[in-house]
Amino acid sequence: MNKPLKKHLLSSQIDLAKFAPASDAEKSQQEVMSESTTFFRDGMKKLMRNPLAVGAIIILVVLILTIIIAPMVIPYGYDEILKVDGKRDKTAANLAPFTYSENEMAYMEKTGEKLFPHIFGTDKLCRDYFARVLYGTRVSLTVGLFASILVMIIGVVYGAVAGYAGGKVDLVMMRICDIIYSLPDLLMVILLSVVLRETLGNAISGTIFASLGTNMLSLFIVFGLLYWVGMARLVRGQILTIKENEYVLAARTIGTKPGRILRRHILPNCLSVIIISVALQVPSAIFTESYLSFLGLGVSQPMPSLGSLANEARSALQSYPFQLVFPALMICLIVLSLNLLGDGLRDAFDPKLRR
Amino acid sequence: MAKYVVKRVLLALLTILIVSAITFFSMYTIPGGPFSSEKALSPAVMAALEARYGLDQPVPVQYLNYMRQLIFHHDFGVSLKTGRDVFETITTGMQVSAKLGLSAAAVAIVCGLVLGSVAALNRGKLIDRIVVFFTTLATSVPSFVLATLLLLVFSIQLKLVPAWSATNQSYVLPVISLCMYPMAYITRLTKTSMLDALNQDYIRTARAKGVASYKVIFKHALRNALIPVVTYVGPMIAFIITGSMVVETIFSTGGLGSYFVTSITNRDYPLIMGVTIFLAILMVTANLITDIVYKIIDPRITFD
Repeated sequence: MNKPLKKHLLSSQIDLAKFAPASDAEKSQQEVMSESTTFFRDGMKKLMRNPLAVGAIIILVVLILTIIIAPMVIPYGYDEILKVDGKRDKTAANLAPFTYSENEMAYMEKTGEKLFPHIFGTDKLCRDYFARVLYGTRVSLTVGLFASILVMIIGVVYGAVAGYAGGKVDLVMMRICDIIYSLPDLLMVILLSVVLRETLGNAISGTIFASLGTNMLSLFIVFGLLYWVGMARLVRGQILTIKENEYVLAARTIGTKPGRILRRHILPNCLSVIIISVALQVPSAIFTESYLSFLGLGVSQPMPSLGSLANEARSALQSYPFQLVFPALMICLIVLSLNLLGDGLRDAFDPKLRR
Repeated sequence: MAKYVVKRVLLALLTILIVSAITFFSMYTIPGGPFSSEKALSPAVMAALEARYGLDQPVPVQYLNYMRQLIFHHDFGVSLKTGRDVFETITTGMQVSAKLGLSAAAVAIVCGLVLGSVAALNRGKLIDRIVVFFTTLATSVPSFVLATLLLLVFSIQLKLVPAWSATNQSYVLPVISLCMYPMAYITRLTKTSMLDALNQDYIRTARAKGVASYKVIFKHALRNALIPVVTYVGPMIAFIITGSMVVETIFSTGGLGSYFVTSITNRDYPLIMGVTIFLAILMVTANLITDIVYKIIDPRITFD
């Protein structure tokens, strides 16, 4: 069988006699050293190796669990004026953390029942401050998250269309972007929230939006109008490079529709950039929301947000400083951990920073 | 180059026009005029007042009148609440705001450059970690939170810095609360660009031929590391202006920012318009100058 073939001098036919079967030791060298990995799993592994990012994730998880579970445990509502024995407790204003009002003490002595402590004290309208700070955190986080998702959706769609269409469409769409981008954003945000707050009330009364409150709604409108531009530019830039790839050309050659090419081939490839930018958008949205609430333009009373709580505490800064300290520290904690998480995600997923 | 400058100037002018139009028209969609908060006025008095301030004409006409006054006579109108000239109000407000803003900008740039360079030169050492920790912290504290906390700790609890009054005008706390975020940002920028510059071949060449190390750092590394920092100056000015609105209100220093906040609650249309347009011009001009300077000092950038 293996008899040497008669070979032509210049033939490239392989001479099998020159080869021997590989030994087991040699075979083992060819085995894959590490498990195969996907882009996402690789990124997560890197993220988990970053102690700051892991710390931020733990803090955020603890915070989110607290704001979900704690309101079920504590017997006070965020807008509920404290009552003792069914009667309004007028002595419960501006209590220090972990103290009881006179009426509550008397009640506890009389009945021997232990009332739930006011962990952060109470505010000037006799409401439990812990419940208010928790609810404020909930409002701030929700606003930050949904505003960022809104910005992402508008930005990605706009950027994708502009980048993929190219030519004159791209030019016009990007000029619009340039103009919105050059507007002084926070100035416009303040202005628009003033105006929307005053004008929206009539337009939405009776619809489902009314339950959101005009201030909350105007916040979202303002974000949707002004902040998507950065995302749109980013996505467009990514798409301009990705659409030059051969697989896009291949897909186009076999007659794939543009919408499908965008969804199946292009957008998944800029996903990492989008994720990073959303992660960094959330803290800046929380920043803006608390800034507006601090100016009195954010969510409406009695709904608290961290910014409006800090603003209310300002009037009694001298006598009750703790009312400022709690919401202020909460804002810092949230923004800090979200920033650290965003930085971690960027280090883990941004291919440009890979070594 | 000239083409680029013309393009940028035109965009800046367009932006200012758009800002003024948005401000003007949106102000008029708010229900309730400037006179509605006071005692009920008889219709005749109301009509007379509206005619006096030109409020009875159609809104587009009012806008054109306003812009004509603004462009040809530098006239921002008269405040409906105080009766003072808006332009005069702005200039008096600017005296406080400019001092505050410029000192904050100066502190931010100087400290940011120093901290960033120190961190880059001592990469991985303790001092670098301290600087990184500080910048992460400083970028996570909103200026209004920092301002109120500073006021609480230093003015109220420790009584080190007296609260703002006519006789005692201490800029220390407002400047600190304004400059912290930009300073941290500049530190980060300087650090990355300095590290980038230090790895370049020309630095090795300079070191190899025996140039003194301070000369290498200042003449070769820092000068190139400065370029990205220049691009941040425009956004920094915008940040300081918006930050000054809350900071000036918190420390009750007076100034343009706090005028803006009160004019909004007072529905003082001419003052809101005047301050918005003025601040917008300031921000847009800062961005314009930044962009042009950036193109001039970095010859590697191609003009389109």
